[in-house]
Amino acid sequence: MDKYITKQNKALLLELVRTDFKLRYQGSVLGYAWSLLKPLLLFVILYIVFVYFLRIGKDVPHFPVYLLLGIVLWNFFTEMTSQSLGSIVGRGDLIRKIRIPRWMVVFSSSVSALINLALNLVVVGAFMIINQVDISSSILLLPLSILEIYVFALGVSLFLAAAYVKFRDISYIWEVVLQAGFYATPIIYPLSMISIDLVQKLLLMNPVAQAIQYARYNTVTVETITSSTLFESSLYVVIPLLITAAVFVGGVMYFKKESKYFAENI
Amino acid sequence: MSDDIAIRLNGVSKGFRLPNERQNTLKGHLINFGKRGYEKQEVFTNLSLDVKKGEFLGILGRNGSGKSTLLKTLSGIYTPDNGEITINGKLIPFIELGVGFNPELSGRDNVFLNGALLGFSRKEIELIYDDIVEFAELERFMDQKLKNYSSGMQVRLAFSIAIRADTDILILDEVLAVGDEAFQRKCYDYFNELKERGKTVVLVTHDMSAVKRFCTRAVVIDKGVLIYDGDTDGATDAYRKLNLKSTEQSSSVSNKRKSNKLGTSKYVKDLKTTDSKDVKKILFSPNDKIVIACKIKLNGSVENPTLQLWFNNPGGTALAAVKIYPKDFQKSKVNIGKEITTHWILDGIFNDGKYMVTAEISNSETGEIYEVIKDGCEFSVYGWDSPHVLVHPDKVIEIKQ
Repeated sequence: MDKYITKQNKALLLELVRTDFKLRYQGSVLGYAWSLLKPLLLFVILYIVFVYFLRIGKDVPHFPVYLLLGIVLWNFFTEMTSQSLGSIVGRGDLIRKIRIPRWMVVFSSSVSALINLALNLVVVGAFMIINQVDISSSILLLPLSILEIYVFALGVSLFLAAAYVKFRDISYIWEVVLQAGFYATPIIYPLSMISIDLVQKLLLMNPVAQAIQYARYNTVTVETITSSTLFESSLYVVIPLLITAAVFVGGVMYFKKESKYFAENI
Repeated sequence: MSDDIAIRLNGVSKGFRLPNERQNTLKGHLINFGKRGYEKQEVFTNLSLDVKKGEFLGILGRNGSGKSTLLKTLSGIYTPDNGEITINGKLIPFIELGVGFNPELSGRDNVFLNGALLGFSRKEIELIYDDIVEFAELERFMDQKLKNYSSGMQVRLAFSIAIRADTDILILDEVLAVGDEAFQRKCYDYFNELKERGKTVVLVTHDMSAVKRFCTRAVVIDKGVLIYDGDTDGATDAYRKLNLKSTEQSSSVSNKRKSNKLGTSKYVKDLKTTDSKDVKKILFSPNDKIVIACKIKLNGSVENPTLQLWFNNPGGTALAAVKIYPKDFQKSKVNIGKEITTHWILDGIFNDGKYMVTAEISNSETGEIYEVIKDGCEFSVYGWDSPHVLVHPDKVIEIKQ
């Protein structure tokens, strides 16, 4: 492990992330403010559509915040995977000309996404206060949900970034998968709306869905269906965690194998 | 490995799998599944090389000889297929100056980014930042975006950062090729400094004078094989010979390419020798008239056409040449796209022997050669009394008394 956490790697990570942020809002007037404005505006749209017109989630207390937290966490997953996907190819000049650890490139993308998530969570926090959500000590468990999504997303990212070097279709395929995932995850609708028991259970096998539901349970309202409340056996709680671990290990292994040939394949 | 070795290559091979037609999409892979054609191109095989600590090694080689691949392999950018590479110390490759420079960032930000890529922490860069800027002579520009820099300014900035790199082993590739004289002098000073400080340097260049000046040892690589390893004088000689050989080869290749064969030729359709009754004949007596019939067909891409015939002996020595000029063509109304036959009637002036005729169509203004039919036909002459001369100009010489 020591060989990964070196002084040089830390400095490099810092600069890569810094560059990422400097370039992200390059030439925009509001600059970093967009990091906060983006989730806010999205929230306004979804709030109007789902709460006023479609009237979903009346049985969920603090549904607007519930909705926002779900979207913010899902966006974190989306942003991290899509940005990592092109990261190796995008930094092709570095890969082909100097010797830096290849994983560092993907890792720095993931750290950028984490920082963005932190900013978004500030917006969520503000809405929690406005909505007078009862904040209990269980909010301390929120990082566990984020960790689950992060590890899962990192595994996926490593796989996508490495595969994208060889197959440029991956970016289009992944776009569609994310679109499907958005609806297959209980983000804009409460899980209680699904009447078929088996489908509810299947949807919660998705690590991202599991993490989002736990995050809502711990921070917004206990009236959230989570893996623990839905299944009698705790075995089912473990399955998404196993999927997460498997995806992570698989992603790391595939990346390690392919990274030897990045320089010549890009 | 003994302590005085900085880089050791032991039986290293590197090749690339080149798909016959590059498949970058999944569909391509699916359609061609199973019949994917890869061509394995070996750049070098079983290469061994030791670089001692403190050595200044020059690598010479022609384009495509594998020296860049070698450099990238020993820098750890490419993974070797076989063999072992051992590096003793910290190694930084400079395949290019200013790697990672981002045009959208300010000069200042780029210094920190580039520095991090060279292994500096932010604090370390802050300490040497002023020196870097001063050396690059860019004090006024550091807050401007890099895209507004001239290329010379960019190189200067990159170089100022690069020379700060604190490392045991440096790999330099053609860095010298850029910049004006003043910049090159700075480079040379830097090389001298590296040498004095006892750094291990591997330098790839075409510049033989730089090799002679700085290197303590040099190797020449050709087609992936080290053909020379030793002192710099020997290396530059070997490299020069290599270049000479290739020039000869390429000139003979280009001759072949220009020359066409009858039948596949574009403009000259036929070339033969006949008697005066247009019957093909190849053996002539001294008093025969030799008729050379050359059938041509020109098209629109031929301008100012000139047809020239060359008479060579079997050894390839040109003995005589005659030409028809554009105006003659105009007189004879050579129509584009129409076949015409020109007859060249020659009194017997050639001595006994065998002769080859070469036909050449070219542009009389630009000299561009459209087609050459080398040795398109041949004929022999037999029967002269005095065989010790090349030509018998009896019929073209007028003697006055």
